Amino acid sequence: MPTEVLMPALSPTMEEGTLTKWHVKEGDVVKSGDVIAEIETDKATMEVEAADEGTVAKLLVAEGTENVKVNAVIALLAEEGEDMSEAKTAPGKKPPKREPGQGEATSRETGTKARAEEKAPKAEIQNDPDIPEGTKFTSKTVREALRDAMAEEMRRDERVFVMGEEVAQYEGAYKVTQGLLAEFGDRRVVDTPITEHGFAGLGIGAAMAGLRPIVEFMTFNFAMQAMDQIINSAAKTRYMSGGQMSCPIVFRGPNGPAARVAAQHSQDYASWFAHIPGLIVIAPYSASDAKGLLKAAIRNPNPVVFLENEVLYGKSFEVPELEDHVLPIGKARVMKEGTDVTLVSHSHGITYCLDAMTKLEEEGISAELIDLRTIRPLDMDTIIRSVKKTNRLVTVEETWPVCGIGAEIAAEVQAKAFDYLDAPILRVAQKNVPMPYAANLEKLALPSADEVVEAVKAVCYR
Amino acid sequence: MATKSPQKKPAKKSDGGPAAFSEEDDLQAYRDMLLIRRFEEKAGQMYGMGLIGGFCHLYIGQEAVVVGMQGAIEEGDQVITGYRDHGHMLACGMDPKGVMAELTGRDGGYSRGKGGSMHMFSREKNFFGGHGIVGAQVPIGTGLAFANRYRDNGRVCLAYFGDGAANQGQVYESFNMAELWSLPVVYVVENNQYAMGTSVARASAQTDLSKRGASFNIPGVQVDGMDVRAVREAGNRAVEWCRAGKGPYILEMKTYRYRGHSMSDPAKYRAKEEVSKMRAEHDPIEQVRMRLLESKSLSEDDLKAIDKEIKAIVNEAAEFAQSSPEPDPRELWTDILTDMEA
Repeated sequence: MPTEVLMPALSPTMEEGTLTKWHVKEGDVVKSGDVIAEIETDKATMEVEAADEGTVAKLLVAEGTENVKVNAVIALLAEEGEDMSEAKTAPGKKPPKREPGQGEATSRETGTKARAEEKAPKAEIQNDPDIPEGTKFTSKTVREALRDAMAEEMRRDERVFVMGEEVAQYEGAYKVTQGLLAEFGDRRVVDTPITEHGFAGLGIGAAMAGLRPIVEFMTFNFAMQAMDQIINSAAKTRYMSGGQMSCPIVFRGPNGPAARVAAQHSQDYASWFAHIPGLIVIAPYSASDAKGLLKAAIRNPNPVVFLENEVLYGKSFEVPELEDHVLPIGKARVMKEGTDVTLVSHSHGITYCLDAMTKLEEEGISAELIDLRTIRPLDMDTIIRSVKKTNRLVTVEETWPVCGIGAEIAAEVQAKAFDYLDAPILRVAQKNVPMPYAANLEKLALPSADEVVEAVKAVCYR
Repeated sequence: MATKSPQKKPAKKSDGGPAAFSEEDDLQAYRDMLLIRRFEEKAGQMYGMGLIGGFCHLYIGQEAVVVGMQGAIEEGDQVITGYRDHGHMLACGMDPKGVMAELTGRDGGYSRGKGGSMHMFSREKNFFGGHGIVGAQVPIGTGLAFANRYRDNGRVCLAYFGDGAANQGQVYESFNMAELWSLPVVYVVENNQYAMGTSVARASAQTDLSKRGASFNIPGVQVDGMDVRAVREAGNRAVEWCRAGKGPYILEMKTYRYRGHSMSDPAKYRAKEEVSKMRAEHDPIEQVRMRLLESKSLSEDDLKAIDKEIKAIVNEAAEFAQSSPEPDPRELWTDILTDMEA
């Protein structure tokens, strides 16, 4: 039997990639460790090595093929003396399906279909009232939208620069700063040592001196090292100086659970930062919001914590073709109107809601979905307006419920719309445990579309 | 941030050694140091009367450090320090009235009563605080220097911190980046020998703090921080080094605080004799006073006139700090975020 060579998963969140180049041809003899192909993921181009010895019997995927799914069979290796003709019958075989809990790509993606489908369901989402009628749209990934936002603002304002680990020569650990070094040079795209506390503080000093730093944290987990500077220096100095000092800085990077990276690398810090007066906290879901809000954040004269999501980086959305797409900070968006229940979420939490809504529709429940977009200041008006209409509220977030965003919203809603509530407010959140590594446990720890459905049914008494 | 860029401003006193300390300089230093001394004594009194609240860290004994260093910089250079900051503000030329009124938490204070002793700033005087978290000012000061480098404006930042802060990790993170990118920042370590109640020897594996930049290739020297002439001379060299684009410089100022760490510290961790010996033999103001008298450029009466003048300034500040109204309750809600373009 020939040995199957499978499309490898090359990052925690990779689902598919492009087979850019074969380094071998059919008939070549390879041994373990030989580079046989190059694969481009959304983050990098990686070499694939042979794991077995043998003769390349068949190359099943042509060079340049895009969207090759992880675990698809891309080639067959024949053992010594094996009949090559046998290989020809093999390709028809379906690639083996990983069982849940078996491989990295299964982690959470299998839990919600919406995650695996790269295209956001745009048709059913209400247009943003802040985007003019008749605007044309182009499909862009969140990653590209963020990069475009930074590049546009750097072209517009010489004071804007970006600094962080691997932002320049490596072009971003998650490739968000791709191309910036080439365009702006190393004065404005600055690779830092691994020194979060130090470069966060340095960025704050540069901001106080009147520059407009964008400080990238490779992930927000590492921003914990810089917490003192963000809270005590960036957020409080304007107040403590009686308004004399400004700190126009953006701290950005991926936040929230990624996939299979365990407790220290899987956490949503939205509520941590949202606690602090003097900070603005933004956590977009779509590429359009990512771009429009990052541009607004860079122009904003206050310190802004801009929470991105690694799982969403590679997702494509419709982004308006506007010369200057800047969205207002502090405005939630009603993504879909509904009548029976209000769902409030942000960032990747939206995917659970969208998936749940498909199921709810089948059961005749009409949900209204609100994407918070900005976490601080919270757009309570939009939430209250919706609750007054639907009389029911479920919040969804990818972090622990204790002192979370859902808790804050629940407190505000009971104070401001108590008489409109027909049911207790329910929160769908991460279980109160550190994020486990094992795929099955991780899936259990995270919220799911099923839990959203369950919560909605509970508040609808169905 | 990879390459060194040419400086725009000519280095100060580039003709070799720094200028000698003239009698005029001594007289100015005397006034400046005395103002800090009398101001701090008054602040101590007012704290005792309950007019100043919270933490209040007095600078008495360390006056030569800020006065000497201020003489080494030019207008437009920045200053940033920790929480023992009253002396730095006065040396920067900030109004004693505004500083004292901030101590009393009044509307006329530099932060309109919202910052207090440890958190004052002056954009006009390029004083960037006034920071309450030990060591936090060091990366921020390094960032001010980063902005200087980014703008290539020839400016230098003085980042002050104490022997206690010298053991904070972020100080070394800053050292590394400052040398890596040749940032124009002078790190002034005010070694007053006690981090609150812990002596340098009890807290530091390497007690020569001027060597703390050695592994980053940052030059450092120890300076007699009780002698304003030595401070200014060392300051001139360090500032010149930075302005020439050679990167950061460390000055360890060997100094001493006469009072406790804060007003609530009885300072029982050191002998009374140690303090009185420093006062008697090394007092920075007394040194200058003696020089002025010995040179016969000024008489006792001349000096008394200066003392009186300074006392009047301080009394005026104290009166202002008590007569200035408390901040309007509406101030509670201002200066958190701004809509204005920064």
